[in-house]
Amino acid sequence: MLASILASGLAAGAIYALVGVTYNTMFSTSRVMSFTAGQLAMLGGVFGSLFTLKLGLGVFAGLALTLLACAIIGVITEYVAVRPVLKSLDQHLYVLSTLAVALMIQQVAAIKWGTEPQPFPRLIGWGSGVWDEKFWLPVVACAFTIGALEYLYRRTLVGRAFLAIAEDNFAARALGLPERNLRIASYALAGVIGGVAGFSGGELLLAFFANGALLNFYGFVPVALGGLGNNRGAIIGGLALGLFQQAANFLVGGIFSSVAVFTLFIVVLLMAPQGLFGTSTARRV
Amino acid sequence: MTAVATAPPREHTGSLRGSLPHLAPFVGVLATAMILPLVGNDYWALIGTRMAIYWVLVSGLNLVVGFAGHLAIGYVSLLTLGAYTTSVLVAGNVMPPLPVFAALPVAACVGALFGVIVGLPALRLRTFYFAMSTLGFATIVTQIALAWQSVTGGGIGIVGPEFPAPFNTAWGFYALCIAIAAFTTWLSANVAHSRFGRALIALRDAEVAAEATGISKPRMLIAIFLLAGALAAVAGGLFASLQTYITPDAFTFDLSVLFFIAILIGGRGSILGPMLGTIILTILPEIAAPLAAWSTFLYAVLLLLIVLVMPGGIAALLDFRNRRPLASNRAILPRAAALTDIIRDRTGGRMLRLRGIALSFGNVRAIDGLNLDVATGLIHGLIGPNGSGKTTTLNVISGYYPAKSGTMTLGDEALPAGQPVERAARGIARTFQTPRVIGEASVLQNVMIGGSVDGKASFIEALLALPRNRRDERRLAAKARALLAVVGLEALAEVRADRLQHSELRFIEIARALMLDPDFLLLDEPAAGLSNDEIARLAELIKAIGARGIGVLLVEHHADLIFDICDTITVLNLGRTLAAGTPAEIRVHKEVVSAYLGG
Repeated sequence: MLASILASGLAAGAIYALVGVTYNTMFSTSRVMSFTAGQLAMLGGVFGSLFTLKLGLGVFAGLALTLLACAIIGVITEYVAVRPVLKSLDQHLYVLSTLAVALMIQQVAAIKWGTEPQPFPRLIGWGSGVWDEKFWLPVVACAFTIGALEYLYRRTLVGRAFLAIAEDNFAARALGLPERNLRIASYALAGVIGGVAGFSGGELLLAFFANGALLNFYGFVPVALGGLGNNRGAIIGGLALGLFQQAANFLVGGIFSSVAVFTLFIVVLLMAPQGLFGTSTARRV
Repeated sequence: MTAVATAPPREHTGSLRGSLPHLAPFVGVLATAMILPLVGNDYWALIGTRMAIYWVLVSGLNLVVGFAGHLAIGYVSLLTLGAYTTSVLVAGNVMPPLPVFAALPVAACVGALFGVIVGLPALRLRTFYFAMSTLGFATIVTQIALAWQSVTGGGIGIVGPEFPAPFNTAWGFYALCIAIAAFTTWLSANVAHSRFGRALIALRDAEVAAEATGISKPRMLIAIFLLAGALAAVAGGLFASLQTYITPDAFTFDLSVLFFIAILIGGRGSILGPMLGTIILTILPEIAAPLAAWSTFLYAVLLLLIVLVMPGGIAALLDFRNRRPLASNRAILPRAAALTDIIRDRTGGRMLRLRGIALSFGNVRAIDGLNLDVATGLIHGLIGPNGSGKTTTLNVISGYYPAKSGTMTLGDEALPAGQPVERAARGIARTFQTPRVIGEASVLQNVMIGGSVDGKASFIEALLALPRNRRDERRLAAKARALLAVVGLEALAEVRADRLQHSELRFIEIARALMLDPDFLLLDEPAAGLSNDEIARLAELIKAIGARGIGVLLVEHHADLIFDICDTITVLNLGRTLAAGTPAEIRVHKEVVSAYLGG
């Protein structure tokens, strides 16, 4: 049973962590928490199943098209729901505008794709039991994403520009960084990361329109645990959440695992409002 | 002065005539609801009942979303909770069956409890967290309803409660739901028009200023989360009865979206707007049947349009009064002499003492061992170059920054560090460097906020509009009007505050602070942005305030004003006292002249 908990916990945790990183990627350049993060992961599964199973394209072509489609959705989000409300961040209008876009995505998926969970193809066909690819694939995807992001942020000019904008938007603009283009790029990147989460987790979660709302919440919990914009916190928080949830699932049953996660969420927010790895906020007066 | 003389004495007596224009639309809606049984068929009874039930929930949720500004997007969870609690209690799955009129109050209590639990993150954290916690709760409630088969019937569902005669027919049940909806409208309007409703809007739009007037955010929010949760659960019980049979599928997230968007379409801080929003959104899918499948998509488009194009909603469209242009040549003409009628005369001095106060931000020492004595009845100037710690000193006194070391005493008592909410009750009021005023509330309401700690009535008394609450309201309104006359703005009492000029906002803040009848008044650069004439009038006003025995601590850059009206002056530099004494002493103090005044 321990092996099952570990396998399914790490797999689910890796997906949550990737959705958390999706939130953070959008947050870093715009200071906006977007409700589309979970929907992007849902689309990763739906597009993946559409391209590879329904349309019969190969795994690689399917993956490439899925990520491209998710990146486009990410960019649309930036244009429609983020840019118009950036002027008045303190009014939290982004909560409403991104929610509106998320609802549109979900509704279109429900109508065009169907409200029943649909199968996701086996991608590689390696492993069985607790070593089944549906368990290790999300973990590998998560590890690969972390590596790629580390390379991007530390070794490339574009990545450093991202960091500069995340650190101090005004100073970065004063230095002449193309803030708007970088923001669009970060939303495309967030789309890709969300797509990876959905595609790699497709065999576990299936291609199901309601995954969006679910992943919105389960992907936000690691962000809340780790602190806004903190990718390391989101990864650790995501994996811990997955293990915690699956342990509760196996030990006390399905009903209580979601109750346990919700309780954990509320308790952590009350004990450590800035997250376990976060820093305190600026002055108010 | 003619403007003052012709200002209409509106709502002074709380007369029916004054409130009639506000009541008329509600009476109209109610009349329409009463006519419906005479002209409609059973299908319309169903739609009308559904509308009424939705409004029972939305009337409570409106206080959370529209007034307090907390984005509760998953309130369908509390509807679900109420529906299942009522159904299970009436069916007797876990204990002997209860009659439905006993089960509904139990469900209301359960709803109130969970309303608070879901709302806990809102007490401390930014908006997005609360939105998420309601969304998360909505997700798990459905999962539990599915999985807990022995009680909820799982996916198969459970029979909804049946009401006894005469409420067991379509129109009988309709009448019951309309009556409950009318009652909850009355409840929510009572809260909205009491000091609690104003406090909610203050917390939404000017949280820091709300704290300075003694409004406690956690207590306010818990009160309305209890109310909104209870109303949502009652709506759930009625909803279950209307459905006759409930399964988890009946409570889709679309419903949550409907409730939420009805409020935003209606407009923030309004009751009529969200009511019309609820009615429109309930009818919309019925009259556009082919679009029913796309209803959520339409709601989402509406939501996006409202956010981007019409943030004020229906309420802003209906707000004709605030479209009338204001006189452009208006002047602020304070009548400081009238203060004697409002501010009690203090006998016996109290002292506000700071000893060895130190505070750093990172490596910057903002205040470094400051001693300061402010006495009642005197005007104490606090001057110094930028970054010398003047505003920081005010923030330490008013509790926004806890000092790292040092002590503060007020009279004979210690003044604890931190706790800004406690300051109002101790008689310390303040204004802010940038005026923190509620733009969407009227000038009068803004000033009344200042008297929040003065209210005697409890939340329950306000909810039921009991006599003590009505007395509170009359007293606060009269005092606020009198103070507006003192600062010379009574002609603008009914105008939305965001239509005013900067200088007028400064005087509103002073009126709001005086609502407390404070022992100490902290003014943070009150003359910034004022014209010379206005500064002269401000000087007269401050002198009159000091003459009533209030201790004024004045942070200011206008040296003329300081030297003109202050009794004592403290000069700060780099967080330390550079000099202290009378204006005459400071004017010739060598270091002050070279460091700050120039010369």
